[in-house]
Amino acid sequence: MNRLVIKGGRLVDPASGVDGIYNIYIMGGRIASIKKADTDTSEIIPGSPGLDIIDAENLLVIPGLIDLHTHLREPGYEYKETIQSGTRAAAAGGFTTILCMANTRPVNDSESVTSYIKKKAAEEGSGVNVLPIGALSPGQKGERLTEIGELKAAGCAAISDDGVPVEDPGLMRRALEYSKAFKMPVISHAEDAHLAGSGVMNEGVVATRLGLKGIPNAAEDMIVARDISLAELTGGRLHIAHVSTKGAVELIRAAKKRGVNVTAEATPHHLTLTDEAVIGYDTNTKMNPPLRSMEDVEALRAGLKDGTIDCVATDHAPHSTIEKDVEFDKASNGIIGLETAFSLIYGLVEEGVLTLSEAVKAMSTNPAKAIGIDKGSLRVGFPADITIIDLNRSWTVEASRLKSKSKNSPWLGKTLKGVVVNTIVGGNVIYKA
Amino acid sequence: MKNKVVMDEKGIDRALARIAHEILERNKGTEKLVILGIPTRGYQLAIKLQEKIEQFEGVKLPVGAVDATLYRDDLGIKKDQPSLKKMEIPISIDGKKIIMVDDVLFTGRTIRAAMNALMDFGRPLSIQLAVLVDRGHRELPIKADYVGKNIPTSIKEGVKVHLKEIDGASEVIVEPAPEIKQ
Amino acid sequence: MRLKRKDILGIEDLTPDELERILATAESFKEVSAREIKKVPTLRGKTVINLFYEPSTRTRTSFEIAAKRMSADAVNISVSTSSVVKGETLKDTAKNLEAMRPDCIVVRHSSSGTPHMLAKYVGCSVINAGDGAHEHPSQALLDMLTVKEKKGRIEGLKVAIIGDITHSRVARSNIYGFTKLGAEVTVAGPPTMLPPGIENLGCKATSDVEAALKGADVIMMLRIQLERQKESLFPTLREYSRFYGLNESKLKGAKDDVIILHPGPINRGVEISSEVADGPYSLILDQVTNGVAVRMALFYLLLGAAREDAVV
Repeated sequence: MNRLVIKGGRLVDPASGVDGIYNIYIMGGRIASIKKADTDTSEIIPGSPGLDIIDAENLLVIPGLIDLHTHLREPGYEYKETIQSGTRAAAAGGFTTILCMANTRPVNDSESVTSYIKKKAAEEGSGVNVLPIGALSPGQKGERLTEIGELKAAGCAAISDDGVPVEDPGLMRRALEYSKAFKMPVISHAEDAHLAGSGVMNEGVVATRLGLKGIPNAAEDMIVARDISLAELTGGRLHIAHVSTKGAVELIRAAKKRGVNVTAEATPHHLTLTDEAVIGYDTNTKMNPPLRSMEDVEALRAGLKDGTIDCVATDHAPHSTIEKDVEFDKASNGIIGLETAFSLIYGLVEEGVLTLSEAVKAMSTNPAKAIGIDKGSLRVGFPADITIIDLNRSWTVEASRLKSKSKNSPWLGKTLKGVVVNTIVGGNVIYKA
Repeated sequence: MKNKVVMDEKGIDRALARIAHEILERNKGTEKLVILGIPTRGYQLAIKLQEKIEQFEGVKLPVGAVDATLYRDDLGIKKDQPSLKKMEIPISIDGKKIIMVDDVLFTGRTIRAAMNALMDFGRPLSIQLAVLVDRGHRELPIKADYVGKNIPTSIKEGVKVHLKEIDGASEVIVEPAPEIKQ
Repeated sequence: MRLKRKDILGIEDLTPDELERILATAESFKEVSAREIKKVPTLRGKTVINLFYEPSTRTRTSFEIAAKRMSADAVNISVSTSSVVKGETLKDTAKNLEAMRPDCIVVRHSSSGTPHMLAKYVGCSVINAGDGAHEHPSQALLDMLTVKEKKGRIEGLKVAIIGDITHSRVARSNIYGFTKLGAEVTVAGPPTMLPPGIENLGCKATSDVEAALKGADVIMMLRIQLERQKESLFPTLREYSRFYGLNESKLKGAKDDVIILHPGPINRGVEISSEVADGPYSLILDQVTNGVAVRMALFYLLLGAAREDAVV
């Protein structure tokens, strides 16, 4: 049986409250033991058959990152991203598990599409665990429920009509109610389509200056309020995707206080950029929800700090040049995020917004909890999904080095701190810098 | 080396008086004459000529300005485009004898540009050129009909006409060639 | 004298000094348009492409005439669809145009920011002839020239801009232009047509038209578009006209020598009553004449000298 030892790294595992220098022993794809680095290491003999050793001295060792929100685009939009390229990007970004959204073509609203994605990921993927998210309604049409039980059986980890907000509160109620039987979280893209209208950026001074149509915060707040009410009514399991407004943070905080079964995520870009980034009309600053004001960013950061926002999720949304090198108001929403996520969140640690432990919690521990999987911690017996990072090194975001098929990132040309050195899934090194 | 004054106020005035007489003599009076100066100092000289002719002949000739800027041949190669000056053609120039006035005649390119500009306003009977200073170094086959003073110069020297109305004092100076620093 | 910039994308980017320079140059160019032979050889051999993604006879013709009076070759390209519909990226379009070696691209587009994107992709000059609800710099310059001619100054004037501010690029450019040259600008319209934070552009904002008109030296009436009714920005034209339209009675609060500008075409009886439109304060035709002069000035200042990178 192959063994792997990760030697002398700084292990940060918020779930078990560990932060120190450890040797991690892996056997059969699982964590076999964890020992203080200063204990006897005579059994680690380099060159022993079947033993791999990773020297992690001066490196950070954390439970593998988990992203609740990616778009892999396959099937249907393989020119933007494939399961292969997307999972490679995930591995390069330090992710060991990703959830992929249902807005493919055909929509992932049935067992057959889910199985296709699982099969492709197993055959062509980088080794990252791919957990599909099933659509909430067939074709994301918002008319009736999908076969949530079957989707779960096929391997889906949650249901969502992400990208197409569920307009009918009646349907949302039933989804929250029905999914309880299968312990499937319902992920809400909280946006009132009527209020958002044809807006292309945050409503406010910057939009006024740029002559672009705005999307008010209220478009998000009112649906967050609605869905919290429905979760309260049904006792269902609600997860709010890509929170962007101060109002939504406050609503979620109050709901959690009342004991509502709600979790929430925020993206690295909503945590680090404001709508000022849109000045210059770079379409890589166009996303939905839009980049908001500084006040919103600060509320999101505070929410992440105090646990109101449980997770960081990338909303990795690859688009080709034909969707992005066009007029701003015609450009597609979204940016890629898998490969820059950790560095950006580590930037918040450097800024003093989060502790390192809080960052890891938001990117691994809490996402695992949110969907109820036995990951997100490096305890004995857990799958050896591990990310090793060099916090002392920086890297420059260049289109040529990005593994994603699309290059729609607002950070192109920027230098970020924190380089993913190894990504390990089930004891196998699937990415090496 | 210092600037050299080659004409003073009196000298300029005398030269203009002579040119005024020559114009009247050559054209046998003031009939059909129109004086057009090239801004900025050529236009000022045109006004002075108008005054002289009025003194001598009692006739106030129409005077105007012809700005050659938009017709220059060096716009595309200069780093900076010159600002536009005054263009003022007081009457129709068709069939008129135009006395074009400039301060210094050098390469002839400005006069070429000014003549082109003038042609866009009509068909004069003739164009005659009056200059206060001819410093030589022509690059085009252009010759002045009336010259205040011929001042042979080296190409590197500068010739400046200052007029009281614009510069506070009237004089013509020759600036030495810029010294080449060792 | 040259403008130290490749493009004219908006008044927001221009300094007061640059604005003054453009206006002074435009004044000189008015003389050329008054001649029998309305053509100077200044930009001989230069090529100007008028790239219009939005129908506009007025602005396009004005740019075309301006280019031709400068002896530049003007080529009009009218595009009825956006690049997205054509399946071509804006970058492709830009690179294709650039391969034709134009010296200047004049672009009009219904999407805000398109001239800015284009300017990044091409090496030649780009002039914004109106982008979405963002800016329309040449219109603001011609408005400023018209006001300067009639009032002798811009500094210290009270300017009221009335109408749909949210969707108006003319309003934005004029707010920037007039405030930069020292005028006091007030915008007024229904609250649904005053975009959030418009005061940050340097103007005052109110929904009380009469308050905005009080003591005004200059009134600028914006064209109201009927389709805004469908978006519930105003209930009916009748109501709009009654509360936000300009008529003789509302005009009484303004200065006696007030002048009225309108970017045209006018909806008579809606944003402006016929009696006012045809009255002595209206300068709509002066605006058109000045439009050509301003655009000639822009061409001269952008294209009239060797490019910064040229070998001399």
